Amino acid sequence: MNLQAIRAIYLYEMARTFRTLTQSVVSPVLSTSLYFVVFGAAIGSRIQDVERVSYGAFIVPGLIMLTVLTQSVSNASFGIYFPRFIGTVYELLSAPVSHVEIVIGYVGAAATKSLIIGLIILATASFFVPLRIEHPIWMIAFLVLSCVSFSLFGFILGIWAKDFEQLQFVPLLVITPLVFLGGSFYSVSMLPPVWQTVTLFNPVLYLISGFRWSFYGAADVPVAVSLVCIFAFLLACLGVVWWMFKTGYRLKS
Amino acid sequence: MPSIVSIDGLSKTYASGFQALSDVSLEIGQGEILALLGPNGAGKTTLISIICGIVTPSAGRVAVGGHDVVTDFRAARRMIGLVPQELTLEPFETPMNTTRFSRGLFGRPRDDARIEAVLRELSLWDKRAAQNRTLSGGMKRRVLIAKALAHDPTVLFLDEPTAGVDVELRKEMWAVVEKLRARGVTIILTTHYIEEAEAIADRIAVINRGELLLVEEKARLMQRLGRKYLRIELQEPCAAIPAALGAYDLDRSQDGRFLSYAYDTQGPRTGITGLLNDLRDAGLTLRDVQTEQSTLEEIFVGLVKERS
Repeated sequence: MNLQAIRAIYLYEMARTFRTLTQSVVSPVLSTSLYFVVFGAAIGSRIQDVERVSYGAFIVPGLIMLTVLTQSVSNASFGIYFPRFIGTVYELLSAPVSHVEIVIGYVGAAATKSLIIGLIILATASFFVPLRIEHPIWMIAFLVLSCVSFSLFGFILGIWAKDFEQLQFVPLLVITPLVFLGGSFYSVSMLPPVWQTVTLFNPVLYLISGFRWSFYGAADVPVAVSLVCIFAFLLACLGVVWWMFKTGYRLKS
Repeated sequence: MPSIVSIDGLSKTYASGFQALSDVSLEIGQGEILALLGPNGAGKTTLISIICGIVTPSAGRVAVGGHDVVTDFRAARRMIGLVPQELTLEPFETPMNTTRFSRGLFGRPRDDARIEAVLRELSLWDKRAAQNRTLSGGMKRRVLIAKALAHDPTVLFLDEPTAGVDVELRKEMWAVVEKLRARGVTIILTTHYIEEAEAIADRIAVINRGELLLVEEKARLMQRLGRKYLRIELQEPCAAIPAALGAYDLDRSQDGRFLSYAYDTQGPRTGITGLLNDLRDAGLTLRDVQTEQSTLEEIFVGLVKERS
């Protein structure tokens, strides 16, 4: 195991985060705070409690997930796409590092960054709404698992993308709708029966449901199902990454 | 000289069907400077890329320091530094950070004193905190060299180090190579300039269309490649070459207006003075004189013919 290489990649990527602090940390925190002001304070006060939780507090887990998922995907995809785009990927390919080390370095840094953002948003939320976390360990577990698995997904995207448009395409047109329709702002039970069934096909629903359960003890779907789903997604991503490196897909000819 | 890079039957056919290398075998000795000489698209970069792990070979084996570059890639790659052809640097990073990153990536513990020494050696220390994008082309090239040297490799690959570089920078680059040679680093560089190979290499490998045409000591090759032609335009056409000039083995153009004399630039005497004197004595009046050197392309054609 080339630990020095993992360390080098991880620190290099984290340094990029701190160099672009406004763009990487301040802006997601600010936009989430706006959601709290609008949905939590302004509109939320007119909406009745959902599952015995005030609406402002109810949307906190969903909002954290919204940011964590989109940030994980865009950070990790950019992290590996950028060296491919400017050509510095030659160094990664010619270095004495294995695929595992490259993935740990890049995905680890992207996941760390979204974890930090998620925790900052959680702290910010506590200023706006009364928060309650019933299962703190599960909360952290769900958060970390989401950060890691979606960073892996972003890494795949960054290797697959041929240009910046493709890089933007998935976070904007796939992740954001799935998170919005995955119950970030509502409980599935609030939907008409037909749409409740449709929603069950949205993988993000299981994530948000499990995460919200760790806060308030109530979930749209059983927690075990949520856990199975997220692990299945994680394994699927690992499988794809393994295949990409084995075949050199869009990395080596 | 013990061999440090050993290439055996290497072939590469890309997914497009293009065969970039066919059955290349080559031994590179420890501490030597080998120039891979060939026109654009000859397969030079592919050869380097396979050794460094960027391209997967279709057939054949490469070992660096006895370590197979595929099965024992960690040990092999630790010995290798690569300076790519394109100036690929992260625009917003600094020479200091990128060089430090390279050292870590190659598995060496952080050592700022070593990084400082490398940057100083390449006259980059003053620019260590500047953003890469603000550096000149020559400096960017040196940052790439610094990155390649950050982990103290024993074999350094320089892919077209002076392509698109002006004369002054080219000289500067050659000086850097000379310094590295003094430290005992084995250097393999690709180039399509004969002069570059001539200036810095110990041995020259000529490659064209994916085939290794020959590998020879520089001095011997230069003798073969160093032919020039003196083209003499006459004031009045001559019907035949005067017998007094028979020793020069001249070629006469069909209309008799031109005479051509082949000579060896590397030889002790070119025979030009004698020829010009004898031309005057033979009563021929010169209108114009020019010299031509056989181009690399012609040399390749000649080499291919020789082999078949």
